[in-house]
Amino acid sequence: MLSEHANDVVSILRIMKSEVLFRISTSVYQNPAYRTLNETALRNLVNRLYELEIKKLGFDQPFFVRSFNYLRDALTLDLGRSLFLSSDSGSRSVRIIILERLPNTVLLFTTTQLLLFFIGLFGGLYLSRRYGSRIERTVSLLAPFSSLSGWFYGLFLILIFASVLRLLPYGGMVDIPPPTDRFAYALSVLKHMILPVMSWLLAYSFLGIYTRRTFFLIFSSEDYVEVARAKGLPDDLIRRRYILRPTLPPIVTDFSLTLISSWLGAIVTETVFNWPGIGRLFYEAAAFFDTPVIVGLVVIYAYLLAVTVFVLEIVYAVLDPRIRTGVA
Amino acid sequence: MSSRIRENLRALTSYKSAVIGLAVIMVLVAISIYTVITIPYEEAVRLWRAGEQHWLDTPRNAFPSWYSSILQKRLPETIIKDTTKPGPGVYKVIVQAGEVVRILRIDIDFRFDYDDFPSEINIFYSVRFNRSVPQITMTWTKPDGTTIELRKFTPTSDGAYYVSVDQGLTSREVERVVAKLGSRPNYELSPTISLFAVEDRSILESDRVQVMKGNYRLSVEGLLFDPQSDFDVKLVVYGKVYGWAGTDHLRRDIGIALLWGTPIALSFGLIAAVAVALIQMSVGAVSAWFGGAVDNAIQRVTEIFIVLPFLPTLIMVQTLYKVDIWTLLLVIVALLSFGPGVKNYRALFLQLKESQYIEAAKSYGAGSARIVLLHLVPRVIPTMIPSIVFSVADFVFLEAALAILGIGDPRTPTWGKVIQDSFYGGALFKGLYYWTLEPAFLLLITSLSFALVGFALDKIFNPRLREA
Repeated sequence: MLSEHANDVVSILRIMKSEVLFRISTSVYQNPAYRTLNETALRNLVNRLYELEIKKLGFDQPFFVRSFNYLRDALTLDLGRSLFLSSDSGSRSVRIIILERLPNTVLLFTTTQLLLFFIGLFGGLYLSRRYGSRIERTVSLLAPFSSLSGWFYGLFLILIFASVLRLLPYGGMVDIPPPTDRFAYALSVLKHMILPVMSWLLAYSFLGIYTRRTFFLIFSSEDYVEVARAKGLPDDLIRRRYILRPTLPPIVTDFSLTLISSWLGAIVTETVFNWPGIGRLFYEAAAFFDTPVIVGLVVIYAYLLAVTVFVLEIVYAVLDPRIRTGVA
Repeated sequence: MSSRIRENLRALTSYKSAVIGLAVIMVLVAISIYTVITIPYEEAVRLWRAGEQHWLDTPRNAFPSWYSSILQKRLPETIIKDTTKPGPGVYKVIVQAGEVVRILRIDIDFRFDYDDFPSEINIFYSVRFNRSVPQITMTWTKPDGTTIELRKFTPTSDGAYYVSVDQGLTSREVERVVAKLGSRPNYELSPTISLFAVEDRSILESDRVQVMKGNYRLSVEGLLFDPQSDFDVKLVVYGKVYGWAGTDHLRRDIGIALLWGTPIALSFGLIAAVAVALIQMSVGAVSAWFGGAVDNAIQRVTEIFIVLPFLPTLIMVQTLYKVDIWTLLLVIVALLSFGPGVKNYRALFLQLKESQYIEAAKSYGAGSARIVLLHLVPRVIPTMIPSIVFSVADFVFLEAALAILGIGDPRTPTWGKVIQDSFYGGALFKGLYYWTLEPAFLLLITSLSFALVGFALDKIFNPRLREA
């Protein structure tokens, strides 16, 4: 198993090396400056340039050392150059391509996720206190509607607000041509954001509220909460100290994981609304087999995930004294 | 066991939402069975992939027939008259006129009393001759007796005369109207309208033009110069409605895709949901039971799969191999085998592993395989049924999402494909809402009914949610 894996690595390396050789020899043979050289001199020149290039790329180093080089490149966001895709400004640098799309996705999906998170949190808290009321039953009834995806609601919203009422744009991020005035530009982007944000809120907020409601209900029937109630503590205090406090670790986990995954965007929603974000970039990169872009996106996500999980460990210890002292 | 199932079923039927959900699922299953029996799969694929050649006689982007009753207006159906298939209103005579020359006369009569204009008019013809090409003249007679010469030509081979887009006829018609009424229409008067319109001042304005109801006639006169010569026509006056589901931009009957989408969506969702859950559970069980190096290896692999972007990986597989929907299903199951669910199941099994009945099994010498398969896994299955039912909806939507991205199965007609066609065919721009809404509605009721059943099951199997 291991040797097979090593074989793979070696053969990939061989492919990359032969690509380098091909690139260098074509550039040397096509360079008019070297026309006067004879065949042996040319071949020597190719060999010398090839060895230098291999050294520069670090292909002469053992696998272990190269892995650390890759790690350094990834950590410094030195993600190399894309094969086919280029940024709107015409750059082939993977970092520039990703950074150009990132603000669009953060603007749309991080906003949406934040909204969803807080709607779920406060809605759930509110409903858990009004168990059995009409509004609580309505939300529970609406929860199954979250089994439909966000983009699906998007289709309906486009139909209603863009096609029938003609109030909002079909898609895109800004009017064409983009307004030159900065305020008008922001307003136009805001107008284009309404439908995608609404489609996700419609799709996911009811289930979000419902699951939080269940979560809080379970926690508020714990014995220590009953005891606090029996002691006659004010409702507000019970909620803050006896219900919210112990439920904080899972809520914080949810919050941070949602935030970091939101920047990957959503491929289908961005396709339906023609939103130029990371999701579309992911789709384009996958469709054109632009490996450096895909690897770049996945690597950033993996590092962000690792950092978040690490930070979460510390946050847990701060939030929960049992973890701090090591008492189970 | 069976009594327990019956008991759970009874509990399930006490939830009104679950009963509705189950009823809808039953209907969908019935539709699936009906579809699979009446339209064989190969036939469906052939019809869907045949392109326009197969669908010459159906209107493009026609509304479903029930639109007529909603709009309180009789929208035209397609009228087809063929001289090779004689029927009412089709007359063809050939008379000898001299030694070799014969005269052909075809009259096609039909009644048109709809409230709207047809969408297109085509005349398909076939011709037979040895040396001399027949001479053909086509004329159109309206109910009020107005006759219009459509075309005079010598057809050298079989072909079609697209009346609606004949530029010469269009300008002749406009001039005729101008000569008759003294002013020019304020819109582009196409033959499709002028051949069916009431010719008073209303024809000059696009929103006032009216259909002249009554008996129409297409006459074809021909001179045949060879003894074997023959000429046949098929008149197709395309309507604005077709079938119960309408047609798409390639004139295909959307109903076929809607029908066939049902068994595909159901089986795709069910198989994927059950397979993914069972595999994830088994992997979790193995990981928890054996512990140590096995556990470590499985957990590391799982973490890699969690970071691996699911949809982009699928996109790459599909762009590279263009696999059909069932291979795609396999790929999805394979990609999700080590998904995040493994972690949850492992945690569950770690708890179960310490319980006393496992201890007992160990003490009478049960092997690992026996304990995992007979004692651990069956114990967890009831608690996972709700989540399996939930995830059916997710997988049905996944198929649709892949189709929207243009990477679904290239052959099979599915709901997602219809939505994609409609989305890129501009259905929402052009107001062809039925095209998007019909498959969307089916997707909606399918996933909603599974979700309703899932929620009810969740309350039955996890009573902690049912609290006071």
